[in-house]
Amino acid sequence: MFHSVMNVISLWALPVVLLLILTMGLIKKVPIYEVFTDGAKDGFKVAVNIIPYLVAIIVAISMLRASGIIEAFGAFCMPLLSKFNVPVDVTPIMIVRSLSGSAALGVFSDIANSLGPDNYATTLAAVMVGSSETTFYVLAVYFGAVKVVKLRYALLVGILADLVGIIAAVCVCNIMYA
Amino acid sequence: MNYIFYFLIVISIVAGAVNGKLDDVVNAILSGAELSVKVAFSLIGIMGFWLGMMKIAEKCGLIEFISKLIKPITKRLFTDIPEDSPAVGDIAMSFTANAFGLSNAATPIGIKAMEEMQKHNKDKSSASDSMCMFLAMNTAGFQLIPATVIAVLVSIGYKNPTSIIAPTLLVTSIAFVSAIVFAKLFKKLWKPQIDNGGEE
Repeated sequence: MFHSVMNVISLWALPVVLLLILTMGLIKKVPIYEVFTDGAKDGFKVAVNIIPYLVAIIVAISMLRASGIIEAFGAFCMPLLSKFNVPVDVTPIMIVRSLSGSAALGVFSDIANSLGPDNYATTLAAVMVGSSETTFYVLAVYFGAVKVVKLRYALLVGILADLVGIIAAVCVCNIMYA
Repeated sequence: MNYIFYFLIVISIVAGAVNGKLDDVVNAILSGAELSVKVAFSLIGIMGFWLGMMKIAEKCGLIEFISKLIKPITKRLFTDIPEDSPAVGDIAMSFTANAFGLSNAATPIGIKAMEEMQKHNKDKSSASDSMCMFLAMNTAGFQLIPATVIAVLVSIGYKNPTSIIAPTLLVTSIAFVSAIVFAKLFKKLWKPQIDNGGEE
């Protein structure tokens, strides 16, 4: 029930917003076509502006993933993690989910397909991936767009919140499924 | 950021050498660079679309209306932007888009919010407290329905794929609230921005 309601909302949210904006614009006698194209002009500029920041962060993270250190770190953390009922297969997700969204989804698909639907690892991985946003990518894009290079405490807060999310995922899944 | 960039690359090279994967690391430079341009270019069209729409929304007073609506919340969280700034409306729109999983719309609108916040930023090269708060809330990834994850679960025949919505929502809410608390806390602990008259 909840899910079907949410599905309807997800489907209609975008069209409703568009209708609302355009209708409001017409009522207020805004020249919507001119204003739209004027605003859209900046799309290219913004996308090109973020390229240097994206190159820096995506190359660095691709290198990190290729180096095999994430797996090594996962193995290093195993003794601690197994105490909390965290399966070995899930450990890469904990690290990757903050670094790269497509990689996290890839690792998750791997786990889901190789371990199958009745495995606790699949559920835990699903909750971890579903509840996360790729911190490094978001920071690079958003700060890159306004050319801010001193992030102050933004990254630290992002990582701490990710850590809280991981711990919360482990606790919630332990209580609900294990 | 300088140290983070340095360490990411140095660690990759050292670890790659130790693991005998140095060639993979070198290849990753090329594929990573290619991917970043692909990501940026894939944003151009959708970015233009939403920036255009947001401009209409701003001109007809919709953004102002939303800003007024959520003022009681935002004035506590985003203390260094004026209450009636369009940034407030943009921030609200961006979170709404995120919550409904419309990441296509959320990124351009989020960037627009950053640009509005940048106007009120004292030091243009460093992050203002509002920006840190906005990104803290953003990186916590608050989303009502994890659609892609559910799609994967459906594809492997998971018994009740939508059953993960509740735990996911709980976890993401905890992360979201803790992000706000951390951002508030560090705002007090961190040394304040230096006012250099907006020079870069």
